[in-house]
Amino acid sequence: MKHKVATTVNGQRREHEVEPRLLLVHYLRDVVGLTGTHIGCDTSQCGACTVTVDGKAVKSCTMFAVQAEGKSITTIEGMAAKDGTLHPLQQAFWDEHGLQCGFCTPGFIMAASYLLSQNPNPTEDEIRQGLEGNLCRCTGYVNIVKSVQSAAKAMNGSKANAGEHSAAARRS
Amino acid sequence: MAVTTMIGAKIHRREDPRLVSGEGRYVDDFTRPGCVALAVVRSPHAHALVKSIDITQAAKAPGVVAVYTHKDFVKVLSGTMPVTPSFVAEKKQSPPRFPIADKEVVYQGEPVAVVLAETKYQASDASNLIEVEYETLPAVMDLDKALEAKSPTVHSGAPDNLGWDLTYIPDDPAVMKEADVVIKVRILQQRIAPTSMETRGVLAEYSKPDGTLTVWMSSQSPHFVRLFLGGAMGIPENRLRVISPDVGGGFGAKISPYSEDWLVPAAAKLSGRPVKWIESRTESLQTTTHGRGQVFEVEAGAKKDGTLVFIKATQYLDAGAYMGTFAAFQACACLLAGGAYNWKHVAARTVGVLTNKVPTDPYRGAGRPEATHLCERAIDLLAGALKMDPAEIRRKNFITTFPHTNHFGLVFDSGAYEKALDMAMKIAGYEKLRKEQEEGRKKGKYLGIGLSSWIEICGFGPSAATAPATGGIALVESAQVRVFPTGSVAVYVGTHSHGQGHDTTFPQIVADTLGVPYDSIELRHGDTAEGPAFGYGTYGSRSLAVGGMAVHKASKKIVDKARKLAAHMFEAAEEDIAFDQGQFYVKGSPDKRKAFGEVAFASYGAGLPEGMEQGLEAVAYYDPSNFVWPFGTHIAVVEVDPETGHVDLKRYIAVDDCGNIINPMIVDGQIHGGVAQGISQALYEEVVYDNESGQMRTGTFTDYLLPSANEFPIFELGRTITPSPTNELGVKGIGEAGTIASSIAVINAICDALAPLGIKHVDMPASPDRLWKQIQEASGGSSNGKEARK
Ligand code: FES
Ligand code: FES
Repeated sequence: MKHKVATTVNGQRREHEVEPRLLLVHYLRDVVGLTGTHIGCDTSQCGACTVTVDGKAVKSCTMFAVQAEGKSITTIEGMAAKDGTLHPLQQAFWDEHGLQCGFCTPGFIMAASYLLSQNPNPTEDEIRQGLEGNLCRCTGYVNIVKSVQSAAKAMNGSKANAGEHSAAARRS
Repeated sequence: MAVTTMIGAKIHRREDPRLVSGEGRYVDDFTRPGCVALAVVRSPHAHALVKSIDITQAAKAPGVVAVYTHKDFVKVLSGTMPVTPSFVAEKKQSPPRFPIADKEVVYQGEPVAVVLAETKYQASDASNLIEVEYETLPAVMDLDKALEAKSPTVHSGAPDNLGWDLTYIPDDPAVMKEADVVIKVRILQQRIAPTSMETRGVLAEYSKPDGTLTVWMSSQSPHFVRLFLGGAMGIPENRLRVISPDVGGGFGAKISPYSEDWLVPAAAKLSGRPVKWIESRTESLQTTTHGRGQVFEVEAGAKKDGTLVFIKATQYLDAGAYMGTFAAFQACACLLAGGAYNWKHVAARTVGVLTNKVPTDPYRGAGRPEATHLCERAIDLLAGALKMDPAEIRRKNFITTFPHTNHFGLVFDSGAYEKALDMAMKIAGYEKLRKEQEEGRKKGKYLGIGLSSWIEICGFGPSAATAPATGGIALVESAQVRVFPTGSVAVYVGTHSHGQGHDTTFPQIVADTLGVPYDSIELRHGDTAEGPAFGYGTYGSRSLAVGGMAVHKASKKIVDKARKLAAHMFEAAEEDIAFDQGQFYVKGSPDKRKAFGEVAFASYGAGLPEGMEQGLEAVAYYDPSNFVWPFGTHIAVVEVDPETGHVDLKRYIAVDDCGNIINPMIVDGQIHGGVAQGISQALYEEVVYDNESGQMRTGTFTDYLLPSANEFPIFELGRTITPSPTNELGVKGIGEAGTIASSIAVINAICDALAPLGIKHVDMPASPDRLWKQIQEASGGSSNGKEARK
């Protein structure tokens, strides 16, 4: 009844026996123990569960764990550098107040990371369209869009932008 | 207060590094050894008798630990779910509600059985094997029909479906006669699903030997849950701990206790295993309380010169199958029907109606968006009837002197309504927009400009007003401040942060009051085992104006004690001690100082002043003297496509005044989110039930339309600051402002756009389909319209 599945999650090889019907999102949360990937709906609409599978953004509630056999998965826990330095998207969401309750945030960051990998210089409209599969109930998306814009600049090495925002940041 | 350094600063949120790293901890991220999953079997019918429940197959299914129904739960639960008086002290009827149905189900989604199994997949499988035999009964779905004498009843054997009928202030026919123009409008406030991205969830563990219960849940008010749940299970508060960890949004729907908040802990007690239940999205749309769900009949009159004379509002509120805990809170729409204006007379009546739907309860704004909607709609209709500019009629009638006591005895603490209107018009470029509109109309372009000058009552609230409304517990707020021997500070509050950023803003207040570094202050909330004996929770834009003040008050108690001790250390009189930015000194000799930390350390030592106890900690309960009253003006600019009925929201301007500001970044974020929710009600969202079968048609995100980033423009914000005289910090509230203002700004803009077609009113959601039909009818029926479409 159970199937073997071997995946790489955030750079680490994982092997488990799972039920064939186990959703990837439940595999990540309940089997691997990475709870940063969230569940916000039953119909693959909210994007809270977004991860990347072999570099492509995937709603992990739309895929069975066994379908991830041999694949490399990145979750929100795998975004920061080993030394704890936040990924530019994580940093930008922090700097731009791109989150309130934070429940949608991991999904947005993962979807945005895919978006920027395909389009490093998106316009505002392209960001809004690119994140259409993710829902946020708290922010009105204003600062999410700004966060992605600011991350894009930072990732493209535009120093002026990054400097301005981190200087305004943590005044303490 | 020490010189302000942190208050008002844009400090980035300290909770964010955790949340952006996937290290937030929401209920579903917790488990306990031996934990089982609970699935709820729910009524598929809106109204039916439960003839029998057969659990044989389910009980034998793989992994199943137990199946419980009403007869099991009555062994460990007593009483009924709480209903507060809120703004209607006397209800005609409030059907008793037990958390699980016995012989009759009265809304789709009402629990009838629960299954406990080793895994959630097994629990879900087994729940499908439970066979319930129902005999369906007629469902009462329509608000108007529910009140007809021949209507079937929501509950068998009930006399009728009337929950309450209360006239706060009757008509004054003499005043009504003074009006030169009178408008009438019927306004629909559709049912909305609050839809936090994290659904509800409960994890409970019961220790039989200790008789203790620990509950992790997604809640805005864990202390209230402890109070009510303790009562239902017969567990005293000192043995019942409710922990509300990171919470993925609440919006008012996580204040009241729910069936599952009782059933999960009760199942833990019955089974002897920890139990977890996480609501699915469909369960959430079906069974988490809805917001709004009202119809208003509004009549208003003005003089020829635009002077407002009277407004009269009748609210019909669809309460659902049982009264929500705060069902009658939304009646405050009546008390604010006059909005920001002087009227000679305001009349209001609220009617609560039972239907076979899930109960309604507060949703962001709760009664205040409804009030703003009806009042601002009436103002625009009067402006239209008088051929006045909507901005002018507002300006002419604004309340300008404060404090202002309205017709219902509520006292507006401060305001400068015209200032906010002016700023919004300036940002919008109002005159230019009107010109563009005029030009556009000639070319068949339907541009609309919608104003919303909103006010809000919030900061609940003074004990004298709120204790009767809750049925005993005054909505004050508590805080505890502990200063440890080496000077670090822990602050415990009774409010709950689920996106509002209290972890950051409350320490900003403490840092200024104590004059200690912001980084040395830690905020804790959400765990009833910590901090003061009771906390009141977060809702009604109260956290800062009430909770922030409790924090401030407790901090001041600390300073008072530290000052006494510093005086003793300096061998000076207490009156001669100055305290400035965390330093004590004797007035006149500022060079000899003792830092707050030194005094804190000394407080744990020997040689304290006569009668002083060791330690440096304080608890404060803050009872505000009044509510607080934020306000502002929003302007929406839309273009309506007459061919498709599609609304293009081109610009959105929001000028809000919430008094003094602790952290402008967080205030702006609250406005963004609030505005988006109001726009979303105006254009997209609606809970739809089938009127015959009572089945919900919007049970998933496929059918319940939540807008994505693609549906909104960037919001243009402005701000005026009129400090509140109600509290020492001068603060008001901002959590609900955006939602209160925005739905009507958009609707007024749409009505303005369609005015050339003779369309006077548009209901929500202003979907393409609804607008298209209205445009078709108007164009067919009025020459005016035909001409405009050429
Ligand atoms: S949980 Fe996967 S899209 Fe909502
Ligand atoms: S931050 Fe709460 S849902 Fe997006």
